[in-house]
Amino acid sequence: MTLSSSNTLSRWPTDRLLLWLLRGAAAIAGAIVLLIVAFLVMEALPVLRHVGVARFFTDPSWHPAEGFYNLTPMLWGTLFAMVGSVLIATPLGILSAVFCHYYAPPVVARPYRRLIELLAGIPSVVYGFWGLVVLVPLIGAIHPPGPSLLAGIVILTIMILPTIALMADAGLANVPQQYLRGAAALGLPRWATIRGVVFPAAKSGLFTGVILETGRAIGETMAILMVCGNVVQTPHSLFDPIRTLTANIALEMAYAVGDHRAALFVSGLVLMGMIAALVAAADWISHGRIYG
Amino acid sequence: MIRCHALFMLKKYAAPVALSMASLMCVPPSAGAQGTAADQLTGKLVITGASTLAPLIAEIGKRFESLYPKVRIDVQSGGSSRGVADARQGLADIGMVSRAMKEDERDLSAFPVARDGVCPILHQENPVQALADEQIVAIYTGTITNWKAVGGTDAPITVVNKAEGRSTLEVFLHYFKLKNVDVKAQVVIGDNEQGVKTVAGNRNAIGYVSIGTAEYDATHGVPIKLLPIGGVAASTESVRNGAFPLSRPLHLVTRTPPVELAKAFIEYAQSRAVHDLIKQQYFVPLAD
Amino acid sequence: MVKTLERNLDGRELLASTLVWSAAALVTATFCWLLWDILWHGLSQISWTFLTALPRNAGREGGIGPILVSTALILGVCLGVSVPIGVGTAVLLAEFTTDASLFGRLTRRSLDVLSGVPSIVFGLFGNAFFCKTLGLGFSILSGGLTLACMVLPILIRSTEEGFRAVPAGYRLSAAALGLSRTTTLFHLLLPAAGPGLLVGLVLGVGRAIAETAALIFTSGYVDRMPESLLDSGRALSIHIFDLSMNVSGGDANAYASALVLVVLLLAINGTASWLAEHWLHRRIVTV
Repeated sequence: MTLSSSNTLSRWPTDRLLLWLLRGAAAIAGAIVLLIVAFLVMEALPVLRHVGVARFFTDPSWHPAEGFYNLTPMLWGTLFAMVGSVLIATPLGILSAVFCHYYAPPVVARPYRRLIELLAGIPSVVYGFWGLVVLVPLIGAIHPPGPSLLAGIVILTIMILPTIALMADAGLANVPQQYLRGAAALGLPRWATIRGVVFPAAKSGLFTGVILETGRAIGETMAILMVCGNVVQTPHSLFDPIRTLTANIALEMAYAVGDHRAALFVSGLVLMGMIAALVAAADWISHGRIYG
Repeated sequence: MIRCHALFMLKKYAAPVALSMASLMCVPPSAGAQGTAADQLTGKLVITGASTLAPLIAEIGKRFESLYPKVRIDVQSGGSSRGVADARQGLADIGMVSRAMKEDERDLSAFPVARDGVCPILHQENPVQALADEQIVAIYTGTITNWKAVGGTDAPITVVNKAEGRSTLEVFLHYFKLKNVDVKAQVVIGDNEQGVKTVAGNRNAIGYVSIGTAEYDATHGVPIKLLPIGGVAASTESVRNGAFPLSRPLHLVTRTPPVELAKAFIEYAQSRAVHDLIKQQYFVPLAD
Repeated sequence: MVKTLERNLDGRELLASTLVWSAAALVTATFCWLLWDILWHGLSQISWTFLTALPRNAGREGGIGPILVSTALILGVCLGVSVPIGVGTAVLLAEFTTDASLFGRLTRRSLDVLSGVPSIVFGLFGNAFFCKTLGLGFSILSGGLTLACMVLPILIRSTEEGFRAVPAGYRLSAAALGLSRTTTLFHLLLPAAGPGLLVGLVLGVGRAIAETAALIFTSGYVDRMPESLLDSGRALSIHIFDLSMNVSGGDANAYASALVLVVLLLAINGTASWLAEHWLHRRIVTV
């Protein structure tokens, strides 16, 4: 499908210019992440140098003011919140896109899509605020204290849902009409068509959606900070409060100085490492052809 | 000598103007023509730092701008540590720091502009009316975990603590001689309003926040109440007269002793002309 | 066709239907609750004066005039920079590189990592790079550029998906007609990839307009009317954050500002999809 530039000699000089322009754009886009990593490493270096990497995983607790730097509980917190919300949001988002395309009458589908688009742009503060005022007391009534891993998962699910729903929606829209007509001609019922024809055809779009929502779930800060309780501990149940790596940075950066501040940048680095590992894992699972 | 002169100028021109909001909003064009200090002060001041102070300094900045139309005061929020760092690196002309200055910050010139108290808060429907210092310590260290033990209902206590590094935390820990490692919290929060909202949404929670914030919210229908410390009622009034034991100063800092515009602004921020603004933002003006 | 489908509704079909409908209902209900909450608390504050006036008393009183202007400018800078770079990268990845190309793979992976960088890290990075290293200071320009970095992965990914969805036949026909690839791109592929681009734009604008942490360190906190792109300007989301978390008694105006933001977003998304439907669609038909 792709017309490779190197082996298709173009007669047009504009084509060559275009290609260089595009390469320039891509180089900029690709370099940003390097710049960010370089920046994080630079800021984190002082503490890494005289505290060492190991102590970030072996110290008894996270009390940077007293010289303890253990990040592991927050790593688990981030991971649990992310896995929980992605597990709920992915089926929900995909089903919601399926609803839009194959179940809802057009009168419903249009406003429904608008609604989802709207949700993509509501500031995380508003979600967090709503979570703090409505959701947390509700959970607190069932099982105190209220701010918990569960609250975090629910809020994150709501926040990343628009991403996966819209990406899945676009993915489904791209499934060629011939496929659907073919399925209909074969007399396949609706769900069988979706499962057997639409999903495989839209695989790439769906997968991209999952990657993007996972990124969002890991990177989300403000809302999580407001509903999770932010206690540094490895959660033993859904009702335990947790702190994520992002919340850690946002909570303490404002007043951190010296090593404490540098340790927060280590949080950032760990976060980036996590995402990189995740992307690599996704790549490996799909044998390097996730976008094919 | 120069300082006296500047103060004289400020008093002479600022005080009458401060009396009426209307004249603040539009400085008469003749003000410049009179050849006053308004002519000499021009330029832009960048002030960064503590989010607690940012709204107040922004308001003071607006009033200052209206006195000296050629001056621009840009206030940026982001935290005390940023205020210190930016002032040190010269990124900001003035830094805002919402705590007492630390030992290793002696290189900066610090100017207190206001005070702020810290007090424990409970949900309004919590029957407990006061807690002794030892009881608060016991609750925060996890020795008391049920309200029944301090005369309340039979319910587990939700302890709300502040995030590491926050100055309210430091004031609180210092007064109760606690170490943050010993605190057993169920919720850790960042900003004051988050603390108020957390306690307002949980009948069994105890937290501590800035008195100004708590006082405002309690008088505006938010279901929280302020607990006294050592028998002294928590209010901006008791912080003002020095009776309340938990308080922190709010500072403006500069890398070098301030000159010209920065000096004029800091002196203005410390003057009586802004006391109404300080009260309006629920902080406590410094006693004269 | 509908009849065939209905006749074939066996148990599994019924189950799937129920699931899909209830998922949609759940999503709608949650969001209506949230929107209603904003509407309920915010509507009474909204007036023409609120939209145009200057904020007073730290935002408890007065309006959001300068804040709206700053928000628009920041968004303008962000899209002005990120859309060309984003679409360019997407075109390169989708049309001009093979799956085996190392450059393409590296770019993709780095974008995936970028999509998970927390917004506060973007903020600190933007502060160090745009404000300090490039010397732009706390300005709308710095804020817009930081946001551009942030929305790039979303924009590129969804646009790329859009290009992938264009049938190969288009490219082959264009090549057979002897069109240059630049022409093919601008007249055939770009319009055909419209839906993907649109989703990227909607998600990108949504993320940008909702951003708080990245902006507080870059575009800043000043709520004066901006006079140039190098002035600091407070974005709507920062205003909401400050009012709800930092200013006691700011809730009412925070809700009102959130409502304005939602309406703004509705307008932007509506315009974008109208453009996609009318303009892009017409192009593809007339070319």
